[in-house]
Amino acid sequence: MRLVAITVLLVLGGCSRNPSVLLDHAGPHAAWTGWLFWVFFVVTAVVWTVVLAMLGLALTRGHSRSRLGLPPEMTPASDRRLGAWVATGVALSVLILTGLVGASYAVDRELIGLDRNTSRSIEITARQWWWEIRYLDGDPNNQFTTANELHVAVGERVKLSLKSNDVIHSLWLPNIAGKRDIIPGQENSLVIRVDRAGTWNGRCSEFCGYQHAFMGLTLIAQPPDEFQAWLATQRQPAPEPAGEEEKRGMQVFLTGPCAMCHNIRGSGTGYSSYAPDLTHLKSRSSIAAGAAPNTKGHLGGWIIDPHGLKPGVHMPVNLQNAGDFQALLAYLESLR
Amino acid sequence: MSDVERVHDLDVPRDASFAPLELARRLQATWQPPPGLMGWLCSIDHKSIGKRYMVTAFAHLLMAGLLAMVIRVQLAGSDMQLLDPDLYNQVFTMHGTVMMFLFAVPMVEGVMMYLVPLMVGTRIIAFPRLNAFSYWVYLSGGVMIWVAFFLNVGPDAGWFSYPPLAGPEYGAGKRSDIYAQMITFTEVAALAVAIELIVTILKLRAPGMTLMRMPLFVWASLVTSFMIVFSMPSVVIASTLLILDRLIGTHFYNPAEGGDVMLWQHLFWYFAHPEVYIIFLPAVGLASHIVETFSRRPTFGYPAIVLALIGNALLSFGLWVHHMYATGLPRLGNSFFAASSMTIAIPTGIVVFCWLATIASGRLVFRTPMLWIIAFFVLFVIGGLSGVMLASVPIDLQLTDTYFVTAHIHFVLVGGAVAPLIGALYLWFPKMTGRMLDERLGIVQWALFVSGGFVSFGGMVLLGISGMTRRVYTYPPSMQWDTLNLITSLAGWAIGLSFLLLLVNILWSLRAPVRAPANPWTASGLEWLTTSPPPIYNFPLIPHVSSRTPLWDDPSGSEVVTGLRVDQREILVTTTAEAEPDMRDPVPDPSLWPLIAAIVTTIVLMGSIFTPQAIVWGALPFAAVLVAWLYPRKVLAATPAEIDQAKEARS
Repeated sequence: MRLVAITVLLVLGGCSRNPSVLLDHAGPHAAWTGWLFWVFFVVTAVVWTVVLAMLGLALTRGHSRSRLGLPPEMTPASDRRLGAWVATGVALSVLILTGLVGASYAVDRELIGLDRNTSRSIEITARQWWWEIRYLDGDPNNQFTTANELHVAVGERVKLSLKSNDVIHSLWLPNIAGKRDIIPGQENSLVIRVDRAGTWNGRCSEFCGYQHAFMGLTLIAQPPDEFQAWLATQRQPAPEPAGEEEKRGMQVFLTGPCAMCHNIRGSGTGYSSYAPDLTHLKSRSSIAAGAAPNTKGHLGGWIIDPHGLKPGVHMPVNLQNAGDFQALLAYLESLR
Repeated sequence: MSDVERVHDLDVPRDASFAPLELARRLQATWQPPPGLMGWLCSIDHKSIGKRYMVTAFAHLLMAGLLAMVIRVQLAGSDMQLLDPDLYNQVFTMHGTVMMFLFAVPMVEGVMMYLVPLMVGTRIIAFPRLNAFSYWVYLSGGVMIWVAFFLNVGPDAGWFSYPPLAGPEYGAGKRSDIYAQMITFTEVAALAVAIELIVTILKLRAPGMTLMRMPLFVWASLVTSFMIVFSMPSVVIASTLLILDRLIGTHFYNPAEGGDVMLWQHLFWYFAHPEVYIIFLPAVGLASHIVETFSRRPTFGYPAIVLALIGNALLSFGLWVHHMYATGLPRLGNSFFAASSMTIAIPTGIVVFCWLATIASGRLVFRTPMLWIIAFFVLFVIGGLSGVMLASVPIDLQLTDTYFVTAHIHFVLVGGAVAPLIGALYLWFPKMTGRMLDERLGIVQWALFVSGGFVSFGGMVLLGISGMTRRVYTYPPSMQWDTLNLITSLAGWAIGLSFLLLLVNILWSLRAPVRAPANPWTASGLEWLTTSPPPIYNFPLIPHVSSRTPLWDDPSGSEVVTGLRVDQREILVTTTAEAEPDMRDPVPDPSLWPLIAAIVTTIVLMGSIFTPQAIVWGALPFAAVLVAWLYPRKVLAATPAEIDQAKEARS
């Protein structure tokens, strides 16, 4: 009966082709861990089944003695026999646990080996409730900042330096690697390697306040040449506004509340990192840390009423007049 | 109450001098509290206080359970709007906080303070006024947090309340202060109860009950009480530092000023991991009694179980870091804690195997309490094994903070603690109330509980593997967690229904007249020697014990010890290891001072949420109350000459 239930649940769980199932791995960290998980899962499932079978056996034996009107078995000989059973059970437990600890240590060693020789450093600052991503480079001109969308080259070992200036967050890329907490006042890092090109979901996994549920991070793994092209684009300042509407939009952005928190390189804003950098906003697939797709409609709705989408978010309600608003949208839409 | 003691007590009425009926009448007159409301407020009887603890904790369970039902509505489908994130955060924080601090720990304390004095064969718990005080303090803490919740200042940073989210900057308002002060209330209550239980168990056992003849639940209570004494100070420090940060601007948890947010995590988990065992070990003790009673033989491997309990307690202090693998601690340190975390499965395994041996060699009588042992095996063993998985560092780094962990803690605590507690309720309900619970309704309730628990928490396991993080107020449909969440919710409501049936069963049974015999299950322990419910003085004559299962070897309880006074409250103190009679000790009278002291404590602690001055000025009335509470009665000591004179007169 219970086995049927387990099977049904496993099938239901397995049916959902879902981009964040942690056992669908795209990198060596997650692959090793996934293997270890299945070892533990199978061993513990067998242990559970055996323990329940023993309980069934014990209940049957005990019950049959009461049905036959026999007294409990308490002779020295029977106690010795029971003692041997208990000792066997304990010895087996010790053996199994030792094996599992060994397997766990072995995988841990492999994971430590994977952390060496990284070829790129990216600084990620977790904030309530979005991710600031800074691509570090020996040449300061090549450094740039973006938000919520992390690009890496397939096969490259990347070191993510994790920082927080507000509360504790935790970075989790389920298909790539385990979590690492991001703790104010402490420098943590996580090394990742993605072996399959594609888009992978990540998110904050440590409770961090109102919008913990919508603090998503998109990871895009690209072949090296595509990744280099992306880097080249991102290093550029924002394109000059082309039409009249976009120019007016830029003025709205610069003279209105937006520029207090957001930065657009090349537009003449100061440098504020309080809110996501919007230099190449349209190159990203989603807005509001993955809470909505990056379409004109969603962007407009988000600007007018951010709290409708993410209650409690730090972005204030912004009500421009309709003309300004359309111009602002047109400008933001041009930030490719 | 006379305020002058007799100069000597050679000529006083003692228990051996009276026929049973007359003895009962006189003991009743000596021990009963004043009548009416005043007597209720003054009561220091461990059975009354224990029942109040249990009823209050049960009320907390029902209310926090209701919050769980609401959470399961919110999560039943994607993008649900029943709760906004602000309310959701309060609801899940209240569910966890109330279940851990105000249901689970106080519930086991209530059971311990009710059963332990009966099981060790004494008249009352040690320090009974302190016991009454602990209950009033616990009650205030519980009322405070629920009132705050209904006023929209319920805690909202999780039951673990990590700073800086719970700190002054990011936890604005009074919500986290309410949380921290509620912890203070429960700390005070729990430490008091732990001290009383340790002294009761070590000094008030019936003559002949050596340490190795103590019932297993008494052993579990002793071990648990020591765990409370050693773990609570850690959370006392943690919550005090948090209050200081929030109230007077210290920077213990502020990295910008040289503080460290990790300090909280170490202090909190150094307490909160043992806390799980503080809840679990008494439940193991209760389950051992159920197994023994219905197997009709003394528990197999008694010394092994005792050592396993102690081993569990010691190990549980050495694995708190497994809650913190992801924080970036040194990997070698993590590995050490991985090994110690897996090791704790061994003592737990020993207990389980000994139960199996007891059942297999016993003459099994299948009654409702036994069903809850099956529930323990089905649910708790999954919890324990999922704990072994989480002990592995790489696996934990993937699964921590997902629904896998939510499933793990529910399997462990619902299967390992709640199931034995319900089984124990079926077993000891007749002792507490003189009425039996309905066993057929019990079977229905059990079936709902086990199947609901298995499917609901099983669903959470799969959700965790599918990557669903904890403490999210909703999720988008693109995550495809809808089906599993709906199944989890439906099964979760089945658990809710099971508790509703239990409540109906309790209320229904209480309507029936008192007719349970003293020992309805033919169990082995001393508590079954006295009537159901027990008289206020527990035992007319203090029993003498010469085995681990006294009632199976001497069902009428004919071995007794006499010599206690019947005109004054007196208990027999015995030696720690061998339980040889040592001395007679007076017991304090019922008193209103514990209640008054608790009210003053409540005012001081609640005032301190708003101003530090409350501690300064509150200390004065508190000191006055303590003086009044402890004010000695006038005693005129008899001189040796007077005693000789009295002896001569007697002879």
